[in-house]
Formats: sequence, structure tokens, C-alpha cells
Amino acid sequence: MRRLLLGALLLLAGCEQQPAPLYLPQGDNYPEKLSEWGMLQRADGFIAPVAEALPYDLNTPLFTDYAHKLRSVWMPAGTAATYAEAHFDYPVGTVLSKTFYYPKDAQGRLLLNEQDDRDPQRGLELARVQLIETRILLKQQDGWVALPYVWDEQQQEAHLEWAGDSRELSLLNAEGKTQAVAYQVPDANQCAGCHEETAGQGVNPLGPKARHLNKDFAYADGTHNQLQHWQQQGRLQAVPAELQGVPQNALWPTPRAGESLEQQARSYLDANCSHCHNPKGPGRTSGLLLDPATGIGISYGLCKQPVAAGKGSGDRLVDIHPGQPDKSVLLFRVESVDPSIMMPELGRSAVHAEGVEVLRNWIASLDGDC
Amino acid sequence: MRLAPLSVLTLSVLLAACGEEPAPVANLDFQKDLQTQLIKAKPGTVIEIPAGTYQLDRSLSLKVSGVTIKGAGMDKTILNFKGQKSGAEGLLVDASDFTIEDIAFEDTKGDSLKVVGGKNIIIRRVRTEWTNGPATENGAYGIYPVQTENTLIDGAVAIGASDAGIYVGQSRNVVVRNSRAERNVAGIEIENTIDADVYDNVATGNTGGILVFNMPNLPQAGRVTRVFRNKIEGNNHKNFGHKGTPVASVPAGSGVVINSNDDVEVFDNDIGNHKTANVIISSYFSTGYTDLSTAESFDPYPEGIHIHGNRFGPGGESPDHLELKALKVSQFGLNGRLPDILWDGYVNLDILVDGKLPADRAICINNGEAGMINVDGPNNYKNISTDMTNYRCSLPPLPAVKLASADADQGA
Repeated sequence: MRRLLLGALLLLAGCEQQPAPLYLPQGDNYPEKLSEWGMLQRADGFIAPVAEALPYDLNTPLFTDYAHKLRSVWMPAGTAATYAEAHFDYPVGTVLSKTFYYPKDAQGRLLLNEQDDRDPQRGLELARVQLIETRILLKQQDGWVALPYVWDEQQQEAHLEWAGDSRELSLLNAEGKTQAVAYQVPDANQCAGCHEETAGQGVNPLGPKARHLNKDFAYADGTHNQLQHWQQQGRLQAVPAELQGVPQNALWPTPRAGESLEQQARSYLDANCSHCHNPKGPGRTSGLLLDPATGIGISYGLCKQPVAAGKGSGDRLVDIHPGQPDKSVLLFRVESVDPSIMMPELGRSAVHAEGVEVLRNWIASLDGDC
Repeated sequence: MRLAPLSVLTLSVLLAACGEEPAPVANLDFQKDLQTQLIKAKPGTVIEIPAGTYQLDRSLSLKVSGVTIKGAGMDKTILNFKGQKSGAEGLLVDASDFTIEDIAFEDTKGDSLKVVGGKNIIIRRVRTEWTNGPATENGAYGIYPVQTENTLIDGAVAIGASDAGIYVGQSRNVVVRNSRAERNVAGIEIENTIDADVYDNVATGNTGGILVFNMPNLPQAGRVTRVFRNKIEGNNHKNFGHKGTPVASVPAGSGVVINSNDDVEVFDNDIGNHKTANVIISSYFSTGYTDLSTAESFDPYPEGIHIHGNRFGPGGESPDHLELKALKVSQFGLNGRLPDILWDGYVNLDILVDGKLPADRAICINNGEAGMINVDGPNNYKNISTDMTNYRCSLPPLPAVKLASADADQGA
């Protein structure tokens, strides 16, 4: 028996087959090495989510210093998540994996762009990307756990770093200009700082929700709506027929036909701010609520005085001054990289010029005065 | 052997000469180890940090309840964040049953010690300081519990914050005592908080000494604050806060400022040497915002205010803000002074009975010779009055805060 097992292991190692994703419904025996999760596979110089996992992306993602992201979700065999408009109910054992990387040119220089580098069949070409970190979100019986793994320079393995890490990077944009990035891998608490979007309820996934996932995705066998694909794969139940009433955020960076500036701005603020700035989130103490359920009024920042912004106010009197982006605290904070001023507080060291532009145009388009 | 100190000296002189200090080198191992301890802590864990000055470059955070952090003394165990690269505070705590004592946070980029949303918080003999002294580029808050319940701040020291040294926001059941707030914009600020006792503190060298504020558009309106037995002295620092923040409208030279809050009792304090006024009572309307900025449910009027038995020193001889300067000269002459208490005169006309506030909503001054000036803010300073007839009254004493951690300490 033992010999048989050993033989099987050798066989697996021989063809670089990865083990199936790790099922860890309880306990804190988290792997020190990312490879032990079995969420990613390597073949022929490419890295990709394993076949058992579903790759996905989001309508408007969170900005994190222009990093690109390779996302996938795995649920234990025979289980499925249950659809709900706000949060899906994922089965115990679900693993979400998000790998942050930068595209790389032939000279090994990191690139600043918003292109999709993923080959639907093969994944990412390792020679053309620099992997930085992979974040694992694991659903256990007691709730979700966030685990940050940091890749080594050779992209052979990523290791669990509870206390996070930092990297000084230089990104080259299409015009040949470089952008310095002081990339911060969050520590496990900082992960939870954003992912605990409802105080007291612990960590929850932020991205894989209906409004973010409701989009087309290029799978190996063709392009499908992600929610419908998950449903067809038996991974999501109770999806409304024909996606009736399923919310949909605007598509970044190129909006769908008919998606207004307001929808784009609100999608951006949703993805980048509402995990904290919602009625139950860590940013609730400011009274500024940027979640999709809050209408555009004082609570959404319109003519609202900042409460505890300190120098984050930038000597501006209100969060959003209609028609006047440069009198709006909100714009001041997204345009800053000072840790005591900038918003979001974590996850970036560079200004997201394209995001700022959408917000600027939207505020400029608003009528009224304060 | 003798050369080494000399060259260090030379180097520092050189550096001083060109005005550029190199960013300090962070103790990355210490930082990683401490943050890992904070992440892996269990209820009951005591994290002890020995004496020493430790350089950090990113925020610390704690999310586990029931943890104690102990240093060797607020001048012995020092976490210095000069050159901080990431994080909006020094230590961010989102947990209950948390105690921190005998430690200092220096030069954080943003807030020093922020506690969000926990119950049973004890902050004891903690110092937060910006060592360069008061400056607009300093972080906003020193000690900053917000949306907490049952919070004791005892024997703390807060220096140089560009907003408030000790700031208690949207909390319930709070005691701030035996603490010292110096050279901040606001020394101690109680904001949107229900049931707070602030006593036996020293507030000096700030723009405003002790503030009791209510801000609009927050889940909780504050009420019931007692400010007593404090020494509030010489808070005349130029306002170095940022426009848009609640403290930006505080005139330099303010002892106690009550803004839009209700049921506030200020008694038995020593309050003196404030160029604008020893006590200011004001409304949100005086801060320059219109009702486009406030939800309808917000009550911008200070009501149920009782000022009694304080010992007032000099004050009001050289007020901040142009309108107040002009007013002082026109009403009291070049060498005169404003009365001890300045009120902006906003009242809720809807609740007046025979032209007066109902007894329990009244502003009552029962403080010997101390006078109050109503500057008639609603009518652009037209009908300024020092007539005290309607304001010489008393209100029943407010209840003391019941806080087990404060009682336990008092007995010890």
C-alpha cells in the first residue's frame, strides 16, 4: 500500500501535476508555501489557475499600483455557492486566489498598462510577467481567513508572510516614462482591514459579488457571462433567470455602450472605497458612505463637511463640491500619495490617473452649490 | 576612538546645515516581529515591549480582542514612525477589551493611536507626540478612540497634533482624566459622544483647550459631558489646523469650546489666560457651513449648557478672528476685554417659550462675577448683548459616568 502511494506521488511529481486544491475546513495549519494550496499550475512556461478552479475577473477592479491580477475560485467537489444580490454564500472550504503581478518586456522591465495578459488556454507566460504576491482567502467553518503569500524573485514559490512585505518597483509606461511604486504587500490584519466590510462579521470576499462578476469572460472554450458560466458549471445556484435584476457595475477601463459617467464614477468608488465607506464598514465613522445603496446626497459626500480628515481635508470645505473637483476633499485624497492623506489608506503608493480623471469629470458634471 | 564621535558630530552639523535629515532606518525585524505578535495574539495575550526607541515605517494593527500591550514607560518604550511609508496611523486597533499602557508613539504620519469600534478600552500612561512641535504637516489625532464604548484614558500625554491631541469621537461612556494635552490645535476634544467625564486634566498651549462638539451627518449625536477640575491655561497657539476640519473654526485663545452639543456641565475648572475667551458656546452655523451640508435631523444648537463654579483667570483681551477683534474694540475699548464667556447667540426659535429657552434646554451661567457676551451671530453681530438676566440660572447636575475600569483604578 505504502509503495503504491509513493509510486503515485512520484508519478505526479514526474509530470509536474499539481495536487487538487487543499480542503481546509478548519484549523490553522495553513501552508507556508503557496504551491501547497494547489490553486495554480505551471506548464510550458505558463502559470494558470488549476482546471478545478474557475478563473474570473471584475467589471471595475480595485486599483493597486497598476498591478494586474489573476483571480480564481475553487469550491470543494459537489458544493456550490448560493446567489444573493449583496454577497454569495460560499461553501466551507472555498478558496479564492488572487495573484498580483506586472507585465514585463523582453528586457525584464516592468510595464504600466491595463492590457489583459491572460491567454484563456494557457494563462500567464512567466517570462512576460513578474509575480509579486498571491492572496488566499479561505472559507472555514469559523469564517474567512486572509493569507498573504509573497513570491520569490525567480517566481518559483511564494511564502506565507503574516506581516506583509514591501518592494520598490519601477514601471515603464507606453510613452517610455517610468513610474516609481513602493509596493506594499499587506499584512494579514491589513487584509482584514479592508475585507471586514461589516464590522463584527469578520473577513468576507469583496470582488466575487454579483455586481462585480456580472460580465463576460474569455474561458478556454469561449466567452460567457461569468454568473451563467458558474451556474452551468454547478458552482452557483439560485442565479435569477436571464440575469433578471442582477446588478452590474460599469466596465473598466472601457465602459459598455450607455454606461454613464455617473455609473462609471460610482462603480469606481464602489470598488475602491465602499468596502470601508459603507454604513457598517471601518469608514463609517466619517459619515461618508460610498456604497451602491447610498444615493447621491450629503452622505455620499455632496456638500458634506469632513469629520476627522485632519490634513486629509486639504483645506477644502466639503467632500464633493458639485461642479468643482478642486474644491472637493474626495479628489484631494485620491490625488495624494501621502499615507496620512491618501484614500484608500492602503494598497497604493501611486496615483491612479485614469481613475482620478473619471472622478474629476463626474464631479465637474454635477450641478448645484454648497 | 576619539574620532568617531567627532565625525558623527560633524555629519549632523553638515546635515543640519543643508536642512535635510536622512530618513531613519526602520528596525524591520522588530516591526515584523511585533506585527506578527499582534496578528497571532489570542484573547489574554500580553505583548510586552521593553525599553528602547524603535523605528517603524508602516502601521501596526490589532484585530484580536482581550489583548494588552505594555511598554516600560511613556518615556522609555518609544515607537517612532518618522519617515513612515504606509498606513494612516501608528497603531490601529479594531478590537474590544484592549489595554495599552506605558508606551509612546512619536511622529506618525497620520493619527497615532486609533481605536475603532471596541468596548472596554483602557489607554493608560500613553504618550503621543510630534517631536518637531506644532506643525500643520503633523498627523491629525494623537489618542483617537472612535465609536467605542466604556473607554478610559488615564495619565496620557498628547503633544503637537494638527487636529486634536486626545479625540474621543462617537463613543459612549468615556472617562478622560489625569492627562496632559499640549500644543495641539485642540487639546482634548469630545465629539458626538454620549456620557463623558473629563477631569483632572491639564490643557495648555493649544489653540483651544477642551472642546465638546457635535458634527452633523454622523450616526450618533453627542450629549451629557462633564468637564471639571481641569487646569485649562493659556491655550493661545495660532490655529494650525486644516480648513474643512471641525477644529479649523476654533479661534486661537479659547479655553473651553462647546459647539452644537447638548447637556454639557463645565464646573470647578481653572480656566485662564485665553486671548479670545475662557469659554465659547457656539452653533454649527458659526462654522461657515449652510444647511446644504446638514441632514435635517441634525440639531445645531447648544442646549442644556451649565457653566458654574469655575475660577477664571484673565481672558478676552485680544481675540482671534476679525469680527471678534472689531467687536471687542467697539464694545470694550482698546484696552478692554471680552467677558469670560462668549456665545454666538444661535437658538432654536421653534422651542422658545415666551422668548426664552425652556428651563432644561437653557444656557445657564452661575459663575460669580463672570459675564457672558451674546454676539448675535444670526443677525451679523447687530444686537450684541451682555445682559445676563435670562442666563443666570442653574441646571441639575449631570450624572457621573459609571465606568468599572475607572473605579478599579481609583481604588488602587
